[in-house]
Amino acid sequence: METLFNEGSNLAGAVDRAFIFIFAVSFIFTIGITALMIYILIHFSRKRNKNPQQFSHNTKLEVVWTVIPILIVLVMFYYGWVGFAPMRQVPKDAMPVTVIGKMWSWEFDYGNGKLSKELVVPYNKNVKLNLVSVDVNHSLFIPAFRVKEDVIPGYKNYLWFRPIMKGTFDIYCTEYCGLAHSAMTAKAVVVDSLEFNKWLADLKVTGNVPDHPGLAIIKANACLTCHSMDGSKIIGPSFKGLFGRKTVVVTDSGEKEIEANGDYIKKSIIDPNADVVKGFNKGLMQSYKEKISAEDLDKIVDYFKTAGEAK
Amino acid sequence: MTNSSTSVPLNYLNHKTGLWSWLTSTDHKRIGLMYMYTIAIFFCVAAILGLLMRIEKLTPGQTIMTAQTYNGMFTIHGIIMIFIVVIPGLAAVFGNIFLPIMIGAKDVAFPKLNLFSWYVFITGALLGLYSQFANGNSPDTGWTFYVPYSAAASSNVVIALTAAFVLGFASILTGLNFIVTIHRMRAPGMTWFRMPLFPWSLYATAWIQLLATPIVGITLLMVIAERTLHIGFFDPSLGGDPVLYQHLFWIYSHPAVYVMILPAMGVVTEIFPTFSQKPVFGYVPIVFSSLAIALVGYFVWGHHMFTSGISYESRWFFSFLTFLVAIPSAIKVFNWLSTMYGGSVDLKPPLLFAISFIFLFTIGGFTGLTLGSLATNIQLHNTDFVVAHFHYIIFGGMGFAFFAAIHYWFPKIYGRMYNFKWANISWGFLFVGFNLLYFPLFVIGIQGMPRRYFDYDPKFQTGEVLSTIGAFILITGLILMISNLVYHSRRGAIAPANPWHGVTLEWQIPSPPPHENFDEIPVITHEPYRFDHPHTN
Repeated sequence: METLFNEGSNLAGAVDRAFIFIFAVSFIFTIGITALMIYILIHFSRKRNKNPQQFSHNTKLEVVWTVIPILIVLVMFYYGWVGFAPMRQVPKDAMPVTVIGKMWSWEFDYGNGKLSKELVVPYNKNVKLNLVSVDVNHSLFIPAFRVKEDVIPGYKNYLWFRPIMKGTFDIYCTEYCGLAHSAMTAKAVVVDSLEFNKWLADLKVTGNVPDHPGLAIIKANACLTCHSMDGSKIIGPSFKGLFGRKTVVVTDSGEKEIEANGDYIKKSIIDPNADVVKGFNKGLMQSYKEKISAEDLDKIVDYFKTAGEAK
Repeated sequence: MTNSSTSVPLNYLNHKTGLWSWLTSTDHKRIGLMYMYTIAIFFCVAAILGLLMRIEKLTPGQTIMTAQTYNGMFTIHGIIMIFIVVIPGLAAVFGNIFLPIMIGAKDVAFPKLNLFSWYVFITGALLGLYSQFANGNSPDTGWTFYVPYSAAASSNVVIALTAAFVLGFASILTGLNFIVTIHRMRAPGMTWFRMPLFPWSLYATAWIQLLATPIVGITLLMVIAERTLHIGFFDPSLGGDPVLYQHLFWIYSHPAVYVMILPAMGVVTEIFPTFSQKPVFGYVPIVFSSLAIALVGYFVWGHHMFTSGISYESRWFFSFLTFLVAIPSAIKVFNWLSTMYGGSVDLKPPLLFAISFIFLFTIGGFTGLTLGSLATNIQLHNTDFVVAHFHYIIFGGMGFAFFAAIHYWFPKIYGRMYNFKWANISWGFLFVGFNLLYFPLFVIGIQGMPRRYFDYDPKFQTGEVLSTIGAFILITGLILMISNLVYHSRRGAIAPANPWHGVTLEWQIPSPPPHENFDEIPVITHEPYRFDHPHTN
């Protein structure tokens, strides 16, 4: 597992050198300033020193303590820049992987419909990550590799690295993106090239199967953020087995049992606070009245109907 | 002097009595106190929210609240602390009470506007509270309201945005008032370079308040328009640019941190000469450093956005300027140390808080350099390292300066003195608690622990637990300090007009000050900080 200064990528060394320089200077100055303060409090205490000196400037000293800090921070800037500049110069032979960030999980697209939940990468080879968001701002952070870039909808942001350590490393989302921001983690797995090629060849094609039009609309509106497909409870009721399901809803005039038919499904999309399924909270889901047309509502209902019949 | 009401001289506290006389008072001293009491209440509310968040972080996963609640809590904690407590804080409280006195004036330039500003402030603060309880969920966007999430989230974002917008106006109007006051109402003979340094710091601050705040005001309105009118300034699906929001937000919010720290620096710059009985070292460099911080501070906002996909050129430009803006602050630290060096140093509570300000601000400042440097910023951005850094600067800096200010000017404001031992013990709890609360966050931040995380990897738990213990110690310190001050504001020993032997104008008038500050406007004949001691030529 990672320790504080595991250098997981080719970029880490220069980053860590910048850290060490800045921390060392900071530590020395902080200790020095603190020691001087304590010395002043003791040596010049009112008990010991009843006659304060009245000097109020010293040009030579002031020039020194202006020029030296300027030089020091310029060196810090330099180390910071040296460590950073290579991060934006992607080698031409870097293997591209598309990272899809959505509320609240990462998916890694290796092309040709091959999608993975883990970022498996080959040891000592250049990798470029193309960052795509399907909803809000996210940020991909791999501490061991010293890389982080935001994943902004509408932007073609990227990062690259060459792993120099084999192992498993944490990936975090580092741009607050809502309820389960802290659950949006993944793993980067570094294996040698042969093992990587085998893994990639064996990776099942799960992308690119065209969705039912209704399902495409559901995905486009981020409904799956709160409604699972597999029966698990997220924020709202699961879509699994929805069509024809008998369920109890809470209305303004009390509870009643309904069967989830086309009308109920459409009403739940346009007026979600009207009939809320018992056990779920009102006021969490916005209305999609302006966003989903009547035609699209029909497609959604048809999707649920056919999904139910497919069982 | 006795406590009987027949022999207490007329002052601003007993000039007219009753709640209504306070709520309609245009006296800058009363307005400053009204700001202080409201800010103190909101600070305590936000501090308790902070404590609850720390309790939640004791264990990974849910400890005492759900993720939704936690996200709402760090949002309102930030909104209250930033917009209601720290940005107005020192200027609205001690600026209001002492700016006119320290420049030899009877009030600010626009006393009625001053009272109006307080009502604007209260309205904004109440709107902020309302966002928590109105129909719907309390906002969970973070105080930074990043789009697209803040445009899409189905919580009371519009109310919170409106609250911040209204609070901005209190800031703008106070800035305007102070600029005109300083330009037009200095006592005869008080040239610019005979003005003490706390008013100078308020001057630099006021320019930022006046010029930068409107930018964020408009930006917040744009987000409201985005949510209600679907215009598409920032939402990419409507053709907008999410990073544009970040630029507009930070063009204000970075200068805003100088609004927070400049008056804090001004306060300690008053305390060091008084408790060393010698002049401020480097008066002119301090003036120009304050102005330089205010000016250069406008050009560094991009250091909040190094990972947001902005260009390579933008990134190194902002990094370079960020390092430059650090220099004036460093110069000030050396000036403060030199002010004390060779003095006759009396470690009373105000000085104790002032030197811990230097210690905490230094740590905050140096960790800021790691964030200003590009390579290290990439690693640390949006981790708990940033949370520790800004709490060291804002709380350790502005917060401790506020505590220093209240302990310094308490006898002047109330005409009574607090208990020194009690104040020192409070300081001990505050200082130890503060460092234990925030320093572990530097460590786990470097190790990769992100911020705004409800849940976390168990490997970070030791740091989280230490931090929570620190929070409890800190809260104890706050309770001790506040009770010392509140108790003695009514029951403390009567204080003399100049208990600390200060030489600025506020110490030359009675404690508490008379309603109009001066019987006769003084005439100024020399630079400030002249102490009559045998060594003076």
